[in-house]
Amino acid sequence: MAKITLDNLAHSYLPNPASEADFALKELNHDWEDGAAYALLGSSGCGKSTLLNIISGLLQPSQGRILFDGEDVTHAPTTERNIAQVFQFPVVYDTMTVQDNLAFPLRNRGRDEGYVAQRVQDIAHMIGMEGVLRRKAQGLTADAKQKISLGRGMVREDVNALLFDEPLTVIDPHMKWELRTQLKTLHRDFGHTMIYVTHDQTEALTFADKVVVMYDGRVVQIGTPEELFERPEHTFVGYFIGSPGMNVIPAQVQGNRAVVNGSDIPLGQAYRPPEGKVEIGVRPEYARLSQTEGLPVQVRRVEDVGRHKIIRADFFGQDINIIAGEDDHVSADMNRVTFDADHVNVYANDWRVQGEAA
Amino acid sequence: MTDMTASKVSSRPRGLLRINSRLVVMTLYLVFLMLPIYWLLNMSFKTNSEILSTFSLWPRDLTFANYVTILTDPAWYTGYINSIIYVTMNTVISLAVALPAAYAFSRYHFMGDKHLFFWLLTNRMAPPAVFALPFFQLYSSVGLFDTHIAVALAHTLFNVPLAVWILEGFMRGVPREIDETAYIDGYGFGRFFVKIFMPLIASGIGVAAFFCFMFSWVELLLSRTLTSVDAKPIAATMTRTVGASGVDWGVLAAAGVLTILPGALVIYFVRNFIAKGFALGRV
Amino acid sequence: MNKTVNQKAWFLVLPVLILVAFSAVIPLMTVVNYSVQDTFGQNEFFWAGLIWFEDMLASDRMWDALGRQLMFSGIILAIQAPLGIFVALNMPKSGIWSSVCLVLMSLPLLIPWNVVGTIWQIFGRADIGLLGYTLDALGINYNYTQDTLDAWVTLIVMDVWHWTSLVALLAFAGLKSIPDAYYQAAKIDQASRWKVFRYIELPKMTGVLTIAILLRFMDSFKIYTEPFVVTGGGPGNSTTLLSIDLVKMALGQFDLGPAAAFSIMYFLVILLVSWVFYTVMTNLDKQEG
Repeated sequence: MAKITLDNLAHSYLPNPASEADFALKELNHDWEDGAAYALLGSSGCGKSTLLNIISGLLQPSQGRILFDGEDVTHAPTTERNIAQVFQFPVVYDTMTVQDNLAFPLRNRGRDEGYVAQRVQDIAHMIGMEGVLRRKAQGLTADAKQKISLGRGMVREDVNALLFDEPLTVIDPHMKWELRTQLKTLHRDFGHTMIYVTHDQTEALTFADKVVVMYDGRVVQIGTPEELFERPEHTFVGYFIGSPGMNVIPAQVQGNRAVVNGSDIPLGQAYRPPEGKVEIGVRPEYARLSQTEGLPVQVRRVEDVGRHKIIRADFFGQDINIIAGEDDHVSADMNRVTFDADHVNVYANDWRVQGEAA
Repeated sequence: MTDMTASKVSSRPRGLLRINSRLVVMTLYLVFLMLPIYWLLNMSFKTNSEILSTFSLWPRDLTFANYVTILTDPAWYTGYINSIIYVTMNTVISLAVALPAAYAFSRYHFMGDKHLFFWLLTNRMAPPAVFALPFFQLYSSVGLFDTHIAVALAHTLFNVPLAVWILEGFMRGVPREIDETAYIDGYGFGRFFVKIFMPLIASGIGVAAFFCFMFSWVELLLSRTLTSVDAKPIAATMTRTVGASGVDWGVLAAAGVLTILPGALVIYFVRNFIAKGFALGRV
Repeated sequence: MNKTVNQKAWFLVLPVLILVAFSAVIPLMTVVNYSVQDTFGQNEFFWAGLIWFEDMLASDRMWDALGRQLMFSGIILAIQAPLGIFVALNMPKSGIWSSVCLVLMSLPLLIPWNVVGTIWQIFGRADIGLLGYTLDALGINYNYTQDTLDAWVTLIVMDVWHWTSLVALLAFAGLKSIPDAYYQAAKIDQASRWKVFRYIELPKMTGVLTIAILLRFMDSFKIYTEPFVVTGGGPGNSTTLLSIDLVKMALGQFDLGPAAAFSIMYFLVILLVSWVFYTVMTNLDKQEG
């Protein structure tokens, strides 16, 4: 187990990067705590796989350093970093048995057979594959193979961190849940530092203690799932997390009021006039449709998703979403919406602006 | 996003050694392959007297005379023309009959299909030597001796199974749903096959055509046995030159170089497909 | 893919059937015909039973040729298979050099077989060929027309030169299909280069390699033009391989009976190996699918 520190880390795939746009990974300073479970969340191409490969040593960063427990490992090869990585699709050595697969890393390091046998037994028990140890790895299902990959990563006791690169992509949906649970259990029981890359917010939010959201090569927010939900630091976080995501509405902000199309929206805090592109963000969960109070809105469609209703509406020419409870009454003459002031955030140039108590 | 290039950088000290050994091996191998060809090229630019009198690694008196001879002497250049004619005929015929057959093999089970496929395969493996005499008698008896079509047909013996085999491999990769959608949309089989299916397997057709061309172009025994004057391929012209006293080495070398050219051109054009064709492992 | 049963598919296969039947079955029938007949000359034949077959099985000529052929095929396979794999492992996988290598390596494969023979015939001569001249200058006694060993070495080197690229290209295709993740995982597992080859690369290449080896065996078994151009089967009959012997019999001596019997035997061997090939191929296809 180790604490991983990123120091001024950045990466460009081009030999001579000129501007920020040339960097796949923009400058990053961050500590990954020992023993925590992190999710690295973002859409495709945002740089999360790049970051993971830099941590594991499969990629050398073009700028900056990476430290394991204070020791500079930036130029250390993968083998010296003692990390384990599970890839997007199962990597198993087909010609070997499950047992030999699990034993492979230990045998390569020259450990004696007695020790190897014991560890293989322990790990097989952990991933629930004791019964198939003698079988050839070739014919097994995808989820079994991923478990073997996982086991192979954990069989070394001195592993510093476990890295997962979208490991559940090829797994059947009903097995995904089971594997996720198993990973969580493993983390609880053994306390390895785990970094889990995914583009699926459900996976991220259920797996991790802390979620690192990435957008366009930059880390935009690190926080618990709750923090991400309540106080998105970046409009992307607001949009990406939640289903549907946060409503982002252009507005002018003066003191503790926001003005949209001449109408006032009360805010929970007071703000100095922000500069640049100013928007307010409010989640559909904190918007309420009513007949009498609030600002004018036109309901266009109501979708009943079972557990709740999603109302698609038109607010001064903007598309917004409102979530109403399953049993809440929604009728055609409800054409007003209120926003819960405490849950309206202000964004300037996509970044959240901190206000003062009103 | 591949990290293969990056991984070379990360293991720098060992990496440098690795790259070097690859370079050495490939250079040695390519030199081994190119040396005899270079030698032929070398000889083709020398006059006969220079060849026989001095020994040099490059022509001292560079001359194009040999090539001029070939390009102006009908005895020589008709050989090339004949070869190209029957190779093209063969490729066209082979592809034309192989396409529907491959389609049938890839989509349907029918009585005896496995046995038929196996039998086709054995023809790909058939030794031309076994067929030399029978073909000679067969084509003579139908009056097709010394014609281009005779050689083209003779070569279909091994090229058609090859084409069926390659095309079937590519066709398997096209899902049946496409066929069914086309029928629902009202396409007849003919129109579907030409307008929809063939573009999808274009690279497969390219690969099959390449290999048909290759195996027909290089084959000598049958093409020489079945021709004498009218359809004589370049290969025959060359072999009949050798053995006579006072062999014209320069011209022979030039003729050889000219036979490599079409091959080189074809490879260049299909170089991207070569990998895919070989990947099917069906050569 | 799920194939449906449809007997009408035979119509699609008919052109192939007719063409190949014309090309294969009819001539083969002729051969079978000749193999059981004898002639007084003047195109008069009479039934001769199996005497040609008996003669052939008893004759040294056939067994010698078969022996030479097996030795030839065995040797070239023993060289081409490992060499091909070795070259494939060293080929660049991407970039401009990859294309250059592919094109240059394919070149020998597209040279008409008689030109291959001519190239080596010239190359090996002491007066005008680079190889012959160099060996001569080094004091090595090399003459492929008069010395049996030299002739064999020349033919083998020529065949290796000619066909190794095929094995290499097939092996390369297999190698290229291995996803990067396998190499990355092997790094993390600290696998040595040898282990990477044994557990990752070799298993993935097995399919294409088997096909390559079978193909090379069969093609080398019916080789005719290249050795014929270089040595003509000599010195004596030391390099008279099966096809060369057969053509000598059939087109040279017009010994139709023995030639036909020879052909049948030849063909049976090919059939056997084809069957092995077919079985291997369908098993591989089943594995992949």
